[in-house]
Amino acid sequence: MNQTEPIRPSPRVPAPQPLAFYGETVASRLLLGTALYPSPHVMSEAVRASGAGIVTVSLRREQARGRTGQRFLDLIRALSVRLLPNTAGCRTAREAVTTAEMARELLDTDWIKLEVIANDDTLQPDVFGLAEAAEELVKRGFKVFPYMTEDLSLADRLIAAGCRVLMPWGSPIGTGRGLANPQALKTLRAYHPDVPIVIDAGIGAPSHAAQALEMGCDAVLLNTAVARAQDPVRMAAAFAAAIEAGRSAYEAGLIQPSDRAQPSTPVAGTPFFDLDPKGPGSEPL
Amino acid sequence: MTDIHSSTVERVREITVNGRTSRTAAPTLGDLIVEQGFGDGRVATAVNGEFVAERARGATELRDGDSVEILSIRQGG
Repeated sequence: MNQTEPIRPSPRVPAPQPLAFYGETVASRLLLGTALYPSPHVMSEAVRASGAGIVTVSLRREQARGRTGQRFLDLIRALSVRLLPNTAGCRTAREAVTTAEMARELLDTDWIKLEVIANDDTLQPDVFGLAEAAEELVKRGFKVFPYMTEDLSLADRLIAAGCRVLMPWGSPIGTGRGLANPQALKTLRAYHPDVPIVIDAGIGAPSHAAQALEMGCDAVLLNTAVARAQDPVRMAAAFAAAIEAGRSAYEAGLIQPSDRAQPSTPVAGTPFFDLDPKGPGSEPL
Repeated sequence: MTDIHSSTVERVREITVNGRTSRTAAPTLGDLIVEQGFGDGRVATAVNGEFVAERARGATELRDGDSVEILSIRQGG
């Protein structure tokens, strides 16, 4: 055997299963936001380090004679990633539908991350406006990625409307508190095993992302946790590693937690096993 | 008697552009985009909350009180 040949994983170890959104296979289970970075350069490097194949962008008012949007678009196009525009800041279904139409024209994509916000403090989704907007957007030919609460009845309604991705929050946007309601996420997973679930918002640490993947969520959408880290590029790589580990763990099959301790070393053949600790052999010498 | 010049007289309209009051002589949304210097930039438009596709801007007449949104791509989460 050639000594310089790299050691490869055993062929019996299955490759991670691919993930697809609306029939399109994506290379990474990490989706990254593009806001809040200390500079455009750091943002670009963080996207590269994360390995993300999809990044989110927004629509905002352009200044007269301004080229801000075009400059940003040029920067992000150079990263060769798929763009997922959002409707961030929209308060009604009507605003969200109009914003989605504007995004589709600007980016030539029918993908839309649908946000309809109910409350300025919690930034929680307006579930009623969300369902209304999703129904309208699907009718107009959009492929909707709904930013939602983890409620099962909402998921059912969004799927009935034609959504084929669910994006429940982990906890409120920007809080970094992780998965506030893991049991409800497990319920979503159990009821909708064939619909990709992306945890969107609230992830603060790579361990939160790993937890989401370990429990069978398909992907994670992050922004603040990377962009506001002391070293965003390094944090992006840390999240990529955690997400890969979490997914591999899910596919490998985790053990079930137990209330009782169970010896890992075999009991059979244990020395002194047949001696009664209270019997004659246990008396002090 | 019809005033044959009425369609060519420049009339100033008071509208809102991206939340700011603006006086414009542009008769259509397409003219407004050029007037305000967006001509060769990549922008999307809405009037009174309704999307107006790029191809429809030239036929979209502006009226007093219209609210125009002119958006482009930005950073987002």
